[in-house]
Amino acid sequence: MTELLKIQGLKTQFFTSAGTVKAVDGVTYDVEEGETVAVVGESGCGKSVTALSIMRLVAEPAGRVVDGNIMFQGTDLLQLPEEEMRKVRGNNIAMVFQEPMTSLNPVLSIGLQLTETVQQHLGVDDATARARAVELLGLVGMSDAERRLDQYPHHLSGGMRQRVMIAMALSCEPKLIIADEPTTALDVTIQAQILELMKNLTRDLGVAMIIITHNLGVVARYADRVNVMYAGKIIESGTAEDIYHNPKHPYTLALLKSVPRLDQPRGAKLDPVDGQPPDLARLDEGCSFRPRCRYADAKCGMSFPPTEHVDGIHYSACFKKDELDSPMKEAS
Amino acid sequence: MSAVAGSTAAPGAAGQMDFLQVSNLKMYFPVTEGILIQRKVAEVKAVDDISFAMHKGETLGLVGESGCGKTTTGRCILQLEKVTSGQILYDGKDVSKLNKADLSQYRQKVQVIFQDPFSSLNPRMKIGEILAEPMRVHGIIPDARKRDERVMELLNICGLSTRFADRYPHEMSGGQRQRVGIARALSVNPEFIVCDEAVSALDVSIQAQVINLLEDLRDEFGLTYLFISHDLSVVRHICHRVAVMYLGNMVELASCDELFDNPIHPYTRALLDAVPIPDPTVEAARQHKIVTGEIPSPMNPPPGCVFHPRCELAVDSCKQAAPEFREIKPGHWVACTEV
Repeated sequence: MTELLKIQGLKTQFFTSAGTVKAVDGVTYDVEEGETVAVVGESGCGKSVTALSIMRLVAEPAGRVVDGNIMFQGTDLLQLPEEEMRKVRGNNIAMVFQEPMTSLNPVLSIGLQLTETVQQHLGVDDATARARAVELLGLVGMSDAERRLDQYPHHLSGGMRQRVMIAMALSCEPKLIIADEPTTALDVTIQAQILELMKNLTRDLGVAMIIITHNLGVVARYADRVNVMYAGKIIESGTAEDIYHNPKHPYTLALLKSVPRLDQPRGAKLDPVDGQPPDLARLDEGCSFRPRCRYADAKCGMSFPPTEHVDGIHYSACFKKDELDSPMKEAS
Repeated sequence: MSAVAGSTAAPGAAGQMDFLQVSNLKMYFPVTEGILIQRKVAEVKAVDDISFAMHKGETLGLVGESGCGKTTTGRCILQLEKVTSGQILYDGKDVSKLNKADLSQYRQKVQVIFQDPFSSLNPRMKIGEILAEPMRVHGIIPDARKRDERVMELLNICGLSTRFADRYPHEMSGGQRQRVGIARALSVNPEFIVCDEAVSALDVSIQAQVINLLEDLRDEFGLTYLFISHDLSVVRHICHRVAVMYLGNMVELASCDELFDNPIHPYTRALLDAVPIPDPTVEAARQHKIVTGEIPSPMNPPPGCVFHPRCELAVDSCKQAAPEFREIKPGHWVACTEV
């Protein structure tokens, strides 16, 4: 497979009255064509800001990408003039946001919102755009597509709105879709429908996907490759098997131990991570997980551990990666 | 604490142990039109004839998707809604017929923890005041100095530093605020707590801390929880028995492990199937049968069994009459004729 997106040393910072918030602090990962990559982490770990940085949608002047490069098919997106970047957004890289309630324009019809992207990027006439919109709605499993085009977002349920968002994302046949918590606002049966739809469409159309989520179950079900983020950095990456069965970072291990599982009988005590995530405006030299880590010692406070190779595509940024407990017990 | 064979009136615990008994509860919200002269044009059947019972010390999970009526059920028990019909007996007394003094006492015994730790705390009150107010209102500790001591104790119980007493909610994280919500519920020494999506807004690592806290408090103070949640993994972890709701109806009720290991109702099965398990090997081995269609509007629910338009087992008779909620094996209740 060939490389589609390569992010290197990305740093995005926000300049606030409380100091400089290092929301993304040296993130490096890549996405190959047709692959599904998950970025997983808790609130405020920088996973959404990474996505916004790729799309160059970080709100300036409060926030700015201060370092790194984002190579998309050989071009550095960060160096493109705004004019050129507009051609990339929605055309080569599309985005599906979390909130299907707020990310559609409430005063424009579904048809107008769908055809706008198509016309903007492909320069086709009204009739062609409309035909394409009908085709797209069919693709995402919406019945009665012709009628839907004249409806407004408030006519649709949350799941249907998210289908429209996916149709919009697919409209220009992008190479990459970034889905930021695409199903978090949805009910679980609808979540399963939407994720299955996205999985089938990306596979059939050969679209690569970056799925940003806090749900470890969703990651296990859908991702080829997983990046675990904590406090603005990727602290572990690898295949889903690597991450779930052989975690090499205490944070990943702790996350897996603290999530209740549907397939485990009741009664077992959860083993939560103590403490709170750190304030991103007040990080020191050392490992940012150190205050909550059971394995931390003096060395962890001196410098941030380098990302080291474990095996295959499995990497971990921890000095203690070879001293961790055995991973979670196998599901009985 | 396993489920005891149900009485005929309300599936749940055996007769004399009934602590809370809900029978044929209906809560319809009117939909009105017109500004000056309001006309009722429709009804939202948020809860449509459900019955269950709980015994002391038990945690009953109430699960289902948005709009299934789980929160409304909780609000009816809390007497925050005036029920359309049906009866809620708490300790043998009909809670809708309590006089003012008894109602006040009831509100002290029955507390609630809300989902949103951001909007359920008054932003203008210090944490200490938030915790002291219920004790003052209910006259539990009339002396202000002793009240402050109790506030410190509550903060400690809930794993918060006592210095938070002088802080405002905005100075705290989501997990800390949720702990304040729990401390506030505990301040009046309740017996029964309705936990309405109490851990849903929290990140996994913080969620696990709060789940453990709720479990510890249950053991320490012998609390009874009605645990309302859409997160089935959390429910499996914390509950003794689980009831599944769909569109205002209760479709299945069983002890926790029984429900998750042997789900019977097609909706319960679909719901469990839809929840991803954080383990790629387990996931790869699972058969995903994804239920199609969307949840119908509770304003215009389908006739007969409300699940029939999405159900793969549905036959003609499902469209005619609502299935009886029957005990299929001891303690396992289900509303489906085709299983």
